[in-house]
Amino acid sequence: MPFNRKHLLGLEELSAEEITAILDAADTFKEISERPIKKVPALRGKTIANLFYEPSTRTRLSFELAEKRLSADSVSFSKQGSSVSKGETLRDTVENIQAMKVDMVVMRHQSSGAHRFLANFLDASIINAGDGQHEHPTQALLDMMTLRQRWKTFAGKRVTIIGDIMHSRVARSNIWGLTKLGASVTVCGPATMMPASVESLGEGGVTVEHDVRAAIAEADAINILRVQLERQKGRLFPSMREYFDVFGVTAEVLSHAPEHCIVMHPGPMNRGVEIGQEVADGDRAVILEQVTNGVAVRMAVLFLLAGGSLDAGTLQ
Amino acid sequence: MIDWKDKREFWIAGARIADPAAERMRVGSVLVQRGAIAEIVWQKSVDTDLPVLEADRFVLAPGFIDVHAHLREPGFEDKETIETGTAAAASGGYTAVLCMANTNPPIDDPSIVEYLGRRAALVGHCRLYIAGALTKGLQGEIINEYGLLKHAGVSALSDDGRWVTNSQVMRTALEYACQHGLPVIAHCEDSFLAQSSLMNEGYHSTRLGLRGNPAAAEEIAVSRDIMLAALTGAHLHVAHVSTAGAVDLIRRAKKRGVRVTAEATPHHLTLDDSLLESYDTNLKVQPPLRGRKDIEALRAGLLDGTIDCVATDHAPHTEIDKDVEFDEAPPGMIGLETAFAHLHTALVKTGAVDLLDLVRFLTARPAEALELPGGCLKKDAPADLVLIDPEEEWTLDRALIRSRSRNTPLVGTAFTGRVQGIFLEGKWRSAIMA
Repeated sequence: MPFNRKHLLGLEELSAEEITAILDAADTFKEISERPIKKVPALRGKTIANLFYEPSTRTRLSFELAEKRLSADSVSFSKQGSSVSKGETLRDTVENIQAMKVDMVVMRHQSSGAHRFLANFLDASIINAGDGQHEHPTQALLDMMTLRQRWKTFAGKRVTIIGDIMHSRVARSNIWGLTKLGASVTVCGPATMMPASVESLGEGGVTVEHDVRAAIAEADAINILRVQLERQKGRLFPSMREYFDVFGVTAEVLSHAPEHCIVMHPGPMNRGVEIGQEVADGDRAVILEQVTNGVAVRMAVLFLLAGGSLDAGTLQ
Repeated sequence: MIDWKDKREFWIAGARIADPAAERMRVGSVLVQRGAIAEIVWQKSVDTDLPVLEADRFVLAPGFIDVHAHLREPGFEDKETIETGTAAAASGGYTAVLCMANTNPPIDDPSIVEYLGRRAALVGHCRLYIAGALTKGLQGEIINEYGLLKHAGVSALSDDGRWVTNSQVMRTALEYACQHGLPVIAHCEDSFLAQSSLMNEGYHSTRLGLRGNPAAAEEIAVSRDIMLAALTGAHLHVAHVSTAGAVDLIRRAKKRGVRVTAEATPHHLTLDDSLLESYDTNLKVQPPLRGRKDIEALRAGLLDGTIDCVATDHAPHTEIDKDVEFDEAPPGMIGLETAFAHLHTALVKTGAVDLLDLVRFLTARPAEALELPGGCLKKDAPADLVLIDPEEEWTLDRALIRSRSRNTPLVGTAFTGRVQGIFLEGKWRSAIMA
């Protein structure tokens, strides 16, 4: 299946076939990171700029490693210590970077729609590494890759996403991706962190549940979101201890899920807030596997957007 | 052929005349003498030695009146000035605009009112009415000197852009404004519920990850202000109504006899929140674009008289202001130059509203709502008129916008119906650049 897009702005605009094409490519790329020499020349000569307007550890390192393993030349930039602190606009910053002949721009930005804005005038490919509370497509893709490696198919499966749905770009991208591929999604969290009409989101909508035990009763996987205090305007729940008591996923809570149900978390985890210690470190958790898959997914996305096709010999 | 243009006496012959007081449009001819309407005759041609403008392709109506425009002077002259704002108004068919008080400094002192009056006389392209600030510095704390402001020439009072959150201050403002016979134009939006909001709250705000502004924010504010208007007997004018619930609240208040009037903007009457998926900052307005049901309710309200009139909320911002991330952009779009064509295309050509009604919403009804002169066709009244070609098809060209700012999502939009120009006290100003 050819993948002919210039940008990866979000999963809402992708078809099921396009998502599957990325996941297929990612499965292929995963093996490279297992090699003693973890490098292929697939993007040799391509230049990639990583622009991180928001703090990031995992996503940024994951993209940088993906770029290096594909032999791209990459430079990274964060909001601290850049011209942003001198008042330069986003448009000017990115146009200047493009003037240095960059082929791809990976960006995380606090404003929803920032990538769509750049796509209006940028020639380089744009990869969304998270925009405000809108989408975080590569996170959802790596979550789906992790699930698909166990399930083979999404049809008939249920994923429960627990936490601050309103402020979560991870939730939005997962809802679009999972429902397009045929999985059912339940969202669970405080009523104050449920966005309007969330039940209509995704292909065919999602189920909304406020009782965490009921929400996971039929889940094949649960995805626990971090409580994003930095995005909330005003307090949307009374205290951390109350959150943990009502929505925290502890071993006792998890005992209400089917035995085969696995536990995901996009990180960074707040242990003792949204996830209990014994769950985070338990044998149902696939959290580190997600991180491993993240590199493969990002290699796949970079490769496909650069116009690559997986013919024999590409990955030697 | 064009010798009527600079004459002090001429006929406009054979136009379809849209008189807001009449049942329907009729073909007639109007004699303009020394800046006033000297005669209206219901015949297609006139036997005269005076110059004649042959107007049988056109509709002739009273000049439009906009009761809600931000002309940005003083303080934000990079966005708009009295000169450019009134030029934009004139090319949109307006012979009068009311400018809002959120300038820098705000219009909260008689000296600024006098300054604006002098600017309008010097460089204005249409009549200027002025709203004085309701509270000092638009801070919502201390009421202004309404007596002095009225004496200096304000026609209304408003803290537009902000809601007066303190109900006691609003009560005092309404009581005192009532004593001075000045209407209070209220920007009804609960500032806590709407805090940091970027668009209408609903499916699309959830989908796009843009913080939502719930309809309740407007409806709570409208409810309180209606109650205070009832308590004080003051004249409350609700600016830019955007929700179905607010229309309903105003309808019921009018039925009870509360002195409330209201306006709706061309964009709230036509554009819905699904358009925001482009993240085009020119679609970011306050109150935000709402859903289809709200649009239908606004249209019904306009037709049944709940909404008195159309007002543009012309809100110029520079390209520098708007060419940024969505959450960084200031809210507002310009509207003076497109209001008629936009509504004629969306409402009249689709059969939802007839042309004479649209003319009423732009003329007699705003004049009546805010007790301003004009908006009618009367013998001996100033010849403030607009000439319209209802069939002309045209496309909005960014380069030909007369406002100093170009923040409109309508660039490239095809319209049917175009303002040809206005007569201001009988003096012709073409709307179309050569």
